[in-house]
Amino acid sequence: MNYIFYLLIVISIVIGAVNGKLQDVVNAVMSGAELSVKVAFSLIGIMAFWLGIMKIAQKSGIIDFLSKILKPVTKVLFNEIPPQSPAVGDIAMNFTANAFGLSNAATPFGIKAMEELQKENKDKTSASNSMCLFLGMNTAGFQLIPTTVLAVLVGIGYKNPTEIIAPTLLVTIIAFTFAVVLSKVLQKVWKVQMINPHPNPLPEGEGIIDTEGKND
Amino acid sequence: MTNILNLISLWALPALILLVLTVGVIKKVPVYEEFTDGAKDGFKVAINIIPYLVAIIVAISMLRASGAIEMLANALAPLLKSWHIPADVLPLTIVRSLSGSAALGVFSDIANNLGPDSYATKLAAIMVGSSETTFYVLAVYFGAVKISKIRYALLVGLLADLVGIISAVWVCNWMFG
Repeated sequence: MNYIFYLLIVISIVIGAVNGKLQDVVNAVMSGAELSVKVAFSLIGIMAFWLGIMKIAQKSGIIDFLSKILKPVTKVLFNEIPPQSPAVGDIAMNFTANAFGLSNAATPFGIKAMEELQKENKDKTSASNSMCLFLGMNTAGFQLIPTTVLAVLVGIGYKNPTEIIAPTLLVTIIAFTFAVVLSKVLQKVWKVQMINPHPNPLPEGEGIIDTEGKND
Repeated sequence: MTNILNLISLWALPALILLVLTVGVIKKVPVYEEFTDGAKDGFKVAINIIPYLVAIIVAISMLRASGAIEMLANALAPLLKSWHIPADVLPLTIVRSLSGSAALGVFSDIANNLGPDSYATKLAAIMVGSSETTFYVLAVYFGAVKISKIRYALLVGLLADLVGIISAVWVCNWMFG
């Protein structure tokens, strides 16, 4: 992340200078900083609301029910987290909300899932395999109905806006599948560098199977 | 068909809320207390992600202001032309990974200027509809749990975006070309 951050800023300043747009770049620093806080603040209410709903869903067993349904899928994809982890339910909620185009709700559920995945994570500063996979699934933007795009198309008088749904779904499925497969491949190549002096770092993946056995 | 989809869009949210609350009441969960208890964390989470959002959003804003995206789009133009990507859609291929509002802005522009019958509008619609803003999702999700070593997460996100662009062009060509 350090290099990415540094590169983005260096490129912006150098190219901005070359294009004679340095003033715009400087203004963008201020407006960008302001925008980030606006985004975060606008999230407070939405986050609070959905986390509240989530808590009810959790207490009434809806999340357990959802995780049970999606278990065959999550067991294969997230094989490194124990099946009884609350993360499974949160991932299920995030996925459901995303699929129905409720991105407002999907973000709080996703953050909740990340927090649960972090609890299972050994190195707290480094993303675990499950976290990378979950992020990949979210960046691929799986959605059954692209509501915002449809709204724009309706706005310009597009005759049959729903014809866009099938191709969009096809594309999103391709990208989603690719993200999942690529994450699974890369986790074998790009392992966590253990910097904290853990006495006995368990080999990726296998350690979890051990814990599973103990808990049973 | 349109009516059914509009109905689903309209009802997805109220149905979810209604379902959760009703099941809660049936199961004798104190819904009001549990709601407010869960909602308490909203503030904390939103405040926690501010530093990460500032870092990413400022860097992306600077990049957009510098004109680097247009330069990259121009550099890629010959390659993208050979794939039958209309020139208007070029910036979208890059911007959609960086900023959701900008991507929607570019898409609205294309839709309004070129109209409902153009191939560019359809391709842009598919590209925007099938993607999520990779950098934003990364900042928010990893920021919330203070992850700084992201390993291959960004690579997966960006390559999936690329695959999304290629398949959008392919599907659009096939269906509307």
